[in-house]
Amino acid sequence: MDNQATYNYKVVRQFAVMTVIWGVVGMLVGVIIAAQLVWPALNLHEFLSYGRLRPLHTNAVIFAFGGCALFATSYYVVQRTCHTPLFAPGLAAFTFWGWQLVILLAALSLPLGFTSGKEYAELEWPIDILITLVWVAYAVVFFGTIMKRKVPHIYVANWFFGGFILTVAILHLVNSCEIPVTLTKSYSCYAGVQDAMVQWWYGHNAVGFFLTAGFLGMMYYFVPKQAGRPVYSYRLSVVHFWALIFTYMWAGPHHLHYTALPDWTQSLGMLFSLILLAPSWGGMINGIMTLSGAWHKLRDDPILKFLITSLSFYGMSTFEGPMMSIKTVNALSHYTDWTVGHVHSGALGWVAFISIGSIYYLIPRLFGKEQMHSIRLMNMHFWIATIGVVLYIASMWIAGVMQGLMWRATNPDGTLTYAFVESVKETYPYWMIRLLGGLMFLVGMLLMTWNMFKTIAGAKPYDAPVLAPAGQHA
Amino acid sequence: MDLNDLRSLVTVLAFATFVGIVLWAWSGRRRGAFDEAAQLPFTEDEAPAAAGARKQGKTS
Repeated sequence: MDNQATYNYKVVRQFAVMTVIWGVVGMLVGVIIAAQLVWPALNLHEFLSYGRLRPLHTNAVIFAFGGCALFATSYYVVQRTCHTPLFAPGLAAFTFWGWQLVILLAALSLPLGFTSGKEYAELEWPIDILITLVWVAYAVVFFGTIMKRKVPHIYVANWFFGGFILTVAILHLVNSCEIPVTLTKSYSCYAGVQDAMVQWWYGHNAVGFFLTAGFLGMMYYFVPKQAGRPVYSYRLSVVHFWALIFTYMWAGPHHLHYTALPDWTQSLGMLFSLILLAPSWGGMINGIMTLSGAWHKLRDDPILKFLITSLSFYGMSTFEGPMMSIKTVNALSHYTDWTVGHVHSGALGWVAFISIGSIYYLIPRLFGKEQMHSIRLMNMHFWIATIGVVLYIASMWIAGVMQGLMWRATNPDGTLTYAFVESVKETYPYWMIRLLGGLMFLVGMLLMTWNMFKTIAGAKPYDAPVLAPAGQHA
Repeated sequence: MDLNDLRSLVTVLAFATFVGIVLWAWSGRRRGAFDEAAQLPFTEDEAPAAAGARKQGKTS
């Protein structure tokens, strides 16, 4: 038994609360830029213009909201399933403050116009170095905790979290290779099509590992816990973990169909994207089937509603993704709002829903409460958010297919039927619906924030005692 | 040997490794260990849910 008799919940609490706060901030920026598309006059100042706020939105929701959710849940899960407090608590505290500093610097530098111009990796080189330091600390804390575990097995959720931490480290180091010229400006080490390929190797694996593997880690702990039964098939979880690891790395070229990238690379990327359907659906089925025999729990448990709906969206978007990677489909969908819809069915429906469910699970436990302040509000949050996502992705599907068809339409003499601006004009109603959907999702997050503060108010932080593994105290 | 042969070899080795992992995961020998590992989230607290889950784990 360790001297420290309780789990390190402090850092989990900090990250969990900040997940909600950054969720509101990131989604608010999303709503603002959605409104700017409908009313361009809202581009009030260059600092608040669409071009600068858009990367702020993506960074805030992916790295601030998603990142904090991943830190919170991975620290919670790794301690509890290893039956030992976090390794190096000082470093764990550093990851919290360091990550908040990264977010703050992003929130300042992006509106000011400092950017390296790489999608999802816009932050300039000094911030990149800080990210590297925080990430190394994260890896030390996480893998250190696994090394001092009191049980022989490493639970599958930890495999997913570990795979995510390692891969993101490699992705960040390779893609952020850059030559600084001043404190706020650097240039990529790569040029031309190699730069594009490295960027989308990074970009797609950021989706595959930051936005998928880590959240599957959440799924493999919180779904069984909330359903009260072990994962449907443990060996399926092992196989689908390795299948994802072996396949995701190759899928990046589908972002560069019909570009200067060699044709064979594009076809290879498409093929591996199609193969990805199998492990993705393996994971989804494994998660949903965990609930088999306990379906009735879905009726009155809002946490399970969030978790299981997130898996449905995961299945939907991992079907849609491979389909969109087929070159002939991509010829229609690329550069249209269909892509935006696809990303949000993954980001809102899958990533945000599973995070929200997990955070609702964590908050009461981290503050010594039985449950959240208001179950009714959680249900309301669920329905408002679900309708919001559906409005969002349905409008973007229609808008995207319409844009694709308009752009490719030609007259009998070979000239284009429509000018680009005509497709913009036709898209306005759908952008309006998207704005409404996004707004509903934000309202849901605000309900969650209020619910969280009511739950925390007056509660004392609670640190659960470290338990010996079941076999040892029986 | 050309560098591309080496690249092909790595791909083939990766594929063979994956097939090996599938066979290993599906082999009967691993069943006990996997069942044990699947119980890890429940070897801690919240007695009623955990107890039910443990029983189910044994029979499957």
